[in-house]
Amino acid sequence: MAPVLQTSQPWVEKYRPKQVKDVAHQEEVVRVLTNTLETTNCPHMLFYGPPGTGKTTTALAIAHELFGPELYKSRVLELNASDDRGINVVRTKIKDFAAIAVGSAQHKGGYPCPPYKIIILDEADSMTEDAQNALRRTMETYSKVTRFFFICNYISRIIEPLASRCAKFRFKPLSDEIMSNRILHICNEEGLNLDEQALSTLSSISQGDLRRAITYLQSAARLFGSSISSEDLIGVSGVIPQEVVEALFSACKGGNFDLANKEVNNIIAEGYPVAQMLSQLFEMIVEADDVSDEQKARICKKLAEADKCLVDGADEYLQLLDVTSNTMRALCNMPQEFSYD
Amino acid sequence: MLWVDKYRPRTLDQIMVHQDVAQNLKKLVTEQDCPHLLFYGPSGSGKKTLIMAIICQMFGPSAEKVKVENRTWKVEAGSRNIDLELTTLSSTNHVELNPSDAGFQDRYIVQEIIKEMAKNRPIDTKGKKGFKVLVLNEVDKLSREAQHSLRRTMEKYSTYCRLILCCNSSSKVTEAIRSRCLNVRIKAPTEEQIVKVLEFIGKKEGLQIPSGFAARIAEKSNRSLRRAILSFETCRVQQYPFTSNQSIPPMDWEEYISEIASDIMKEQSPKRLYQVRLKLYELLVNCIPPEIILKRLLYELLKKLDIELKHEVCHWAAYYEHRMRLGQKAIFHLEAFVAKFMSIYKAFLIATFG
Ligand SMILES: Nc1ncnc2c1ncn2[C@@H]1O[C@H](COP(=O)(O)OP(=O)(O)OP(=O)(O)O)[C@@H](O)[C@H]1O
Ligand SMILES: Nc1ncnc2c1ncn2[C@@H]1O[C@H](COP(=O)(O)OP(=O)(O)OP(=O)(O)O)[C@@H](O)[C@H]1O
Ligand SMILES: [Mg+2]
Ligand SMILES: [Mg+2]
Repeated sequence: MAPVLQTSQPWVEKYRPKQVKDVAHQEEVVRVLTNTLETTNCPHMLFYGPPGTGKTTTALAIAHELFGPELYKSRVLELNASDDRGINVVRTKIKDFAAIAVGSAQHKGGYPCPPYKIIILDEADSMTEDAQNALRRTMETYSKVTRFFFICNYISRIIEPLASRCAKFRFKPLSDEIMSNRILHICNEEGLNLDEQALSTLSSISQGDLRRAITYLQSAARLFGSSISSEDLIGVSGVIPQEVVEALFSACKGGNFDLANKEVNNIIAEGYPVAQMLSQLFEMIVEADDVSDEQKARICKKLAEADKCLVDGADEYLQLLDVTSNTMRALCNMPQEFSYD
Repeated sequence: MLWVDKYRPRTLDQIMVHQDVAQNLKKLVTEQDCPHLLFYGPSGSGKKTLIMAIICQMFGPSAEKVKVENRTWKVEAGSRNIDLELTTLSSTNHVELNPSDAGFQDRYIVQEIIKEMAKNRPIDTKGKKGFKVLVLNEVDKLSREAQHSLRRTMEKYSTYCRLILCCNSSSKVTEAIRSRCLNVRIKAPTEEQIVKVLEFIGKKEGLQIPSGFAARIAEKSNRSLRRAILSFETCRVQQYPFTSNQSIPPMDWEEYISEIASDIMKEQSPKRLYQVRLKLYELLVNCIPPEIILKRLLYELLKKLDIELKHEVCHWAAYYEHRMRLGQKAIFHLEAFVAKFMSIYKAFLIATFG
């Protein structure tokens, strides 16, 4: 028999708050939902914001707190992008669940148990427009007995008629301070040692995404033991070392195309993600004192275009080479237009 | 068996080039609460080798007993039922597949297989439930929808199932997925490291390698270990004992592209464009990916061009590759690049030499 590894939860799950009041930094939604717990009044909700800011956590927490473990299964339907949520599912599964009548059994086992069900549509931005349109009627018809929670990263992908029926809450990226607090809490529980510098590095490389911070922390703890330094964290985070970015920047200043091309080839061979490279190059250029505003503008315009191309799936080497060539021409004051075009 | 397979290290301890990464991964696995992993890095750098070695470390030799299956999934896609076929590689403890082979229907595969794995958890002798590992290759080629459907699934089933994702460019993997994994960068081995591996193989095969020979192979390998080992074996087949000035055969398709580059430099005309087009078709028919063709062509052209033109040409290469990605027929965009190049080059020649 093959040895079987024991299961255990990754830290992001282990430290997922179970109660709404423990969700950090999203005061507005916490206030409204705490109120809900008392009055059981709840509008349709729309949570939106960047990854790892507590959207899923909050929705799951309120559902659990309202219904408790016994009623949860019968009162809450959680669908995410891994479930088929095409127009047919909206017309059948979602509609059927929404239509179920619920008794007014109040306060069962210490839980408020309000007389409605909750449908959580996580990652709703990946639902098609047709499916969203099909939801409008369901939402209205069964609004007495069903509340919808929409969760997404991009609110612009939710059609207006749905969005306008909901109370909208924007989840903010977590501030450095809040982030540090949560991290310190985990460090305490897990017996880790993090110095000041490491702590601030972790907050800054995670850019307000607590999930990312926790994943980095766990990875670093597993790789480097219980004392974790700032370098360890940078090592697991995929941030490109500053020297590498500087080397590319100075190759651009140098004005030699072939040398710069070599640098680009090297970056690709080292496996650095080009999207990450572009954002670090952007920071370096914006802050550079010896680059004129006009040059900066020229360079940034290209950075933006390349970023879009990468999102479309364009080749990393070609995009970085194009950016490098353009940056070089801006820094060396070569004309913006090509001569033989 | 080809040397690339014969000498692929099987365990983390045998790994020769990424020893530091291997040791770290070993620690990660022994702690048991290992997070999801995302491996990224250039082609032939050793990602797959590391992944297989980790699985071996996790489950012991039983992980090497894999069976290849052509599996069919019946999925409900909207109102219809469709059958999806895909090749999987699996042992009792892990399953490996290339979901992007299912094209735009890749998300159904992702949805189905993870749920299915969650249902069939392996149980050990003491009745404890374990987890399975799902290896997904080429995640950078997954559709956006499939990537989206991985997000919550990765969280929800994290007690049952660990994901190991593998790709070339992590820029093409959405932020939401990257932030759910430990990202492991596998850089291309240096030429010195490649030489070491070649010498190791030479020794095992009982070969005499003249000095500098392995270094020349490494230099031509573009830092791809697979490429280096393959051409080492080709050399062995072509001529042994090796001589120190023995030529290292280039890849056919690379030579072909080098010819195309010369053709374009010699004459810029509709007639020549037509001839080049046939050659490009030939390459595509032989399954050379279009972006590889374009990059290689650019490489050849840059070698020959005047400095003045390099910026311009690399810009258009990037431009047409992007368009190719958005369009459907690669040949149009390859040809457009060649036409663009011809027009630029001709204008340059006229301006310079009249
Ligand atoms: N505001 C918060 N307070 C406390 N913990 C948080 C908060 N935000 C995120 N976390 C931590 O990060 C993890 C991920 O959070 P969550 O799943 O709620 O993110 P999300 O906003 O749904 O992200 P995504 O858009 O990627 O789905 C949680 O398990 C929790 O450990
Ligand atoms: N650490 C190593 N030590 C020695 N040889 C290695 C090592 N890693 C890889 N190799 C050799 O290099 C070959 C290519 O490696 P591998 O298949 O792992 O590359 P890859 O990164 O998955 O490439 P691709 O992205 O193209 O799939 C292997 O067949 C093996 O022979
Ligand atoms: Mg979420
Ligand atoms: Mg591989």
